[in-house]
Amino acid sequence: MNAMVGETYFRRLLVFYIPLFLFVFAMLFPFFWMLITSLKPDAELYNPRLSPFIVREPTLEHWENLFGTTLFVEWAVNTLWVAAASTAVSLFAGVLAGYAMSRLVFRGSTMFGIMIFVTYLVPPTLLFIPLTGVVTWMGLQDTTWSLIFTYPTFLVPFCTWLLMGYFQTIPKELEECARIDGATRLQAMFKIVIPLAVPGILSAGIFAFTLSWNEFLYALVFIHSPETKTIPVGVTSELIKGDVFFWGSLMAGALLGSVPVAIVYSFFVEHYVSGMTGAVKG
Amino acid sequence: MQSPPPASAPSLKARIAASLEDQRVLGYVLMTPALLLILIFIAYPFVLGVWMSLTDKIVGTSGTFIGLGNYDKLFASDIFHTAAWNTVFFTTVATIFKAVLGMWLAVLLNRKFRFANITRATVLLPFIVPTVLSTLAWLWMFDATFSVFNWTLRWLWQVNIDIFGLVLKENWGFFRGPLWLGDPGLAMASVILVNVWRGLPFFAISFLAALQTIPPDLYDAADIDGATGWKKFWHVTLPLIKPVAIVVVVFSIVVTFADFQLVYILTRGGPNNETHLLATLAYQLGMGSGNIGQGAAVALFMLPLLAVVIVFQLWYLRREGVR
Repeated sequence: MNAMVGETYFRRLLVFYIPLFLFVFAMLFPFFWMLITSLKPDAELYNPRLSPFIVREPTLEHWENLFGTTLFVEWAVNTLWVAAASTAVSLFAGVLAGYAMSRLVFRGSTMFGIMIFVTYLVPPTLLFIPLTGVVTWMGLQDTTWSLIFTYPTFLVPFCTWLLMGYFQTIPKELEECARIDGATRLQAMFKIVIPLAVPGILSAGIFAFTLSWNEFLYALVFIHSPETKTIPVGVTSELIKGDVFFWGSLMAGALLGSVPVAIVYSFFVEHYVSGMTGAVKG
Repeated sequence: MQSPPPASAPSLKARIAASLEDQRVLGYVLMTPALLLILIFIAYPFVLGVWMSLTDKIVGTSGTFIGLGNYDKLFASDIFHTAAWNTVFFTTVATIFKAVLGMWLAVLLNRKFRFANITRATVLLPFIVPTVLSTLAWLWMFDATFSVFNWTLRWLWQVNIDIFGLVLKENWGFFRGPLWLGDPGLAMASVILVNVWRGLPFFAISFLAALQTIPPDLYDAADIDGATGWKKFWHVTLPLIKPVAIVVVVFSIVVTFADFQLVYILTRGGPNNETHLLATLAYQLGMGSGNIGQGAAVALFMLPLLAVVIVFQLWYLRREGVR
């Protein structure tokens, strides 16, 4: 009996704990690597003989460099503003369109549904060159507005798709009761359906926020002035000068640029996951 | 705009209110913001992109129509062939690894264990943080002289030498280790590795969500029939999560196929333009060299595959919906 317990424990270790540990280790190691790199003095960073896994004399010089000599704070403010504004625009358009497509009968609604779905699958890399022309033509180049208007192209289809599914789970009877009591369609929508859809809207919003926080290509192509950049573009373009990589500060910036999304995510894990899987399942 | 007579002002308001009660009208009104965004920032750029790809436009000029000239040039260029092949290869290999490893991780996470929730939350981190920033960490990890991979290889080399009694302490570092991003094959493997690292959690968590919808009594029934672990996986688990799995894989193919950031950060298409994907080649031609017509043409080459995927997905969703 004892031998059997031992064997099953050994088996559990082999097929469960060890693989799981390796997965978690591999997933998290790059973050650990960012942290220790940002704390090492250059003398340790660039010595091939020292073990790279430990920090001997931790220093904050790279962090001071990040805040003292780069525009990291401006980039953070820009990123936050762009992510919040484009999420708001996308939720506004997505809630209205999602409601219309899940509740109202009108000519062409199926076609709109297919159109939204198709645009959902169009990647930013397909359109960035002509979109640069559109942004310039509208006079938005090198402003955060160029991002606030273009990020919804990949956020609106996703929000609409997700919210359509969510609205369908809310019983129609609730609205019908309100309308019998004299509410207009719009009143029923704003007072009954949307309040009930708050969890779905939150999921869509959180997912949209992290997507726009992380966006790289449009921000790289539309923005040129250092003070208008977002974190992903600022860190990669201003801390790499030609062939010179400021690794300590780069890793400090990478870590700090990842922390806000990680915090948002940790508060809303359930919403995030349901947004993610809901977006896939539709 | 003629000013309405004062008496009709309230009736105009009433007419608007009344027409908003008509769902045929309200439907279009509610669709307007989304449609405007799609028309201005997707449909119009798309048409513009097709037009640009048919011109010899370079930065600062308006370009003249040259028919399929850009496409002819691309078909004749080795770099384009390499990029197109790389894109297919990268997408296929990375997707297979992500699907298999993601399934494995999902099955592990689906078991009951202490700290299950926090573990599930943590493994998703690579997927949620900005890709370029985590890729920078990988770029530094791949560094051939100062970083983890080659340090570990050198350390293992040293240990082996010690074991065999050859004390070559002076030659610490004699074994330099490969230049991860300096060799075309290794560079592509590195790019795939980072893509798998980033995308695997998405697969795992989506699969996990599907696994959790499987009623446990199905497994009990399989147990009674004497099915073992693998058999249960093949005959119970896999068929039940197939619908989700297909959608996840298709979605991931689209995103992977259009990937830009990994190659841009890790190799910039190098060495010698051997690791370009369509997206990075489009960027290099369109933005780097200012050859906008050719860049637009390269980007449009993503369209055929996307079209196949979209048609398949619509067909699949419709079939599922009917059933």
